[in-house]
Amino acid sequence: MTPAEIRDEILDILEDIAPDEDLGDLKDEVAFREQLELDSMDFLDIVMELRKRHRVQVPEEDYGQLASMQSTVTYLTPLMKDLQKA
Amino acid sequence: MYDTIIIGAGMSGLAAGIRLAHFNQRVCVLERHYTIGGLNSFYRLGGRDYDVGLHAVTNFTPKGAKKGPLARLLRQLRFKWEDFSLSPQIGSTIAFPDVQLQFGNGLELLEAEIAAKFPAQKDAFQQLLAKIIDYDDLDENNFGGSTRAVLSATISDPLLIEMLLCPLMWYGNAREHDMDFGQFCIMFRSIFMEGFARPFAGVRLILKNLVRRFRSLGGELKLRSGVERIKVKDGKAIGVVLDSGEELEGRRILSSAGLVETIRLCEDITEVDEQQAGQMSFTESISILDKQPKQLGFDRTIVFYNDSDTFHWQRPTDALCDMRTGVICSPNNYMYDESDGDLPDGVIRITTIADSDRWMALSEDEYKLEKLRWYDRTIASAVRFIPDFRGHVIDTDMFTPNTIRRFTWHDNGAVYGAPEKRLDGTTHLPNLFLCGTDQGFVGIIGSIVSGISIANQHCLRE
Repeated sequence: MTPAEIRDEILDILEDIAPDEDLGDLKDEVAFREQLELDSMDFLDIVMELRKRHRVQVPEEDYGQLASMQSTVTYLTPLMKDLQKA
Repeated sequence: MYDTIIIGAGMSGLAAGIRLAHFNQRVCVLERHYTIGGLNSFYRLGGRDYDVGLHAVTNFTPKGAKKGPLARLLRQLRFKWEDFSLSPQIGSTIAFPDVQLQFGNGLELLEAEIAAKFPAQKDAFQQLLAKIIDYDDLDENNFGGSTRAVLSATISDPLLIEMLLCPLMWYGNAREHDMDFGQFCIMFRSIFMEGFARPFAGVRLILKNLVRRFRSLGGELKLRSGVERIKVKDGKAIGVVLDSGEELEGRRILSSAGLVETIRLCEDITEVDEQQAGQMSFTESISILDKQPKQLGFDRTIVFYNDSDTFHWQRPTDALCDMRTGVICSPNNYMYDESDGDLPDGVIRITTIADSDRWMALSEDEYKLEKLRWYDRTIASAVRFIPDFRGHVIDTDMFTPNTIRRFTWHDNGAVYGAPEKRLDGTTHLPNLFLCGTDQGFVGIIGSIVSGISIANQHCLRE
């Protein structure tokens, strides 16, 4: 998957977790926490959905890498580059 | 081999099941009863639908609210707000002999009522609010501590203290006399700051949604499947033996049966401290009316009444029930959509505190007689606070601690479980966990959040 495809996939997961949020104006460089009403349970869900959908394991010490869209895509690019977009 | 075996198909067990099945676990929910729901269940009798359990969904927040337990659980279970079809209350009352406080969803009305009826306590109430807002419900170390001590340090009028405690204790306090301050804050937010709502179709709508989702994710639900014991080997739970003798293997077990009740099932335990079990049990007297309650001049959603200036929250010591206090609920008195119309019958449900030991010691004939006797006393007690509806009753039913015991399997028919909560959900075995009332959250929304949070903490991280 390319970084752009990974970004789409994260958006898809966010839509699933928070269907009432308007994700159209999401700023990639700003922390999710500042733009969306996500709590720690929701962050765990991003990790769980990545595991469920793509078998990507994010160890607990790396959860901080998922703070914003930009940092998430950067972190996931090496882990997901060999996956095919479904 | 299941990834997780869940004991109990109530709100918490089903919610946990959805979380685990959504993330591809092989999950089985075991239920001793022939139907789902546990404390919050439903039945049909004489052609009518009845709800048991809570009168209202607490923690109600309107569509679009992003904070609070309701919003959180909808996201976690991937439900839309509309799926629970919640209609808000009309308004509720705390009724003491000389003073009544009205409240609705959100704090506004209660604040105005306190300012009008306890003008000297207006500032003190704001100080109390600040303490409640400051309380962090994710910090378990703050949970204990006496609510009465905090209240008397803040509010100088004892009557206002009793009036605030009455609904909050009624709707979720497992401890007699006093209340853990953490529990008080959770209940205060869920009742006074958020509020009451109900689906037009009753609690069955929420339960059926949960079951449908659980099954669509591949979860298995086995009714009439009581757990006879939890098998333990080398210090770990390895599975369960059902009452039928059938054995199921599981990598972990999540139980909503209650703390004492779950530990008692474990093969490695020979004695449990039954004193830890909860003491607060109830009767509920249900009256079906030939009119809508509003036509009889009664439009309150819930009335919490107490017949003196002191509120006594304790198991009765000298009779089957305590007639001094109770809760009156009419499921008709919610703001349903016009497209729903009115419920087919007028319904008034009245809850009183009961002594489970006395109820359970009755013979079958005595039990029938006492039900009739205490139904009459309960209604007579309640109509001191609401219009007398006794000329309009066309059918009645009553549940007692015996009924609650049968549905929930909790010792003493304890509605809110044990006073000492196990907030982290752990037990003496590393792969046996608790969810539901004895973990700590009560109410319909609270139970669902309990199942979700324990599943997240203990069953999904590996």
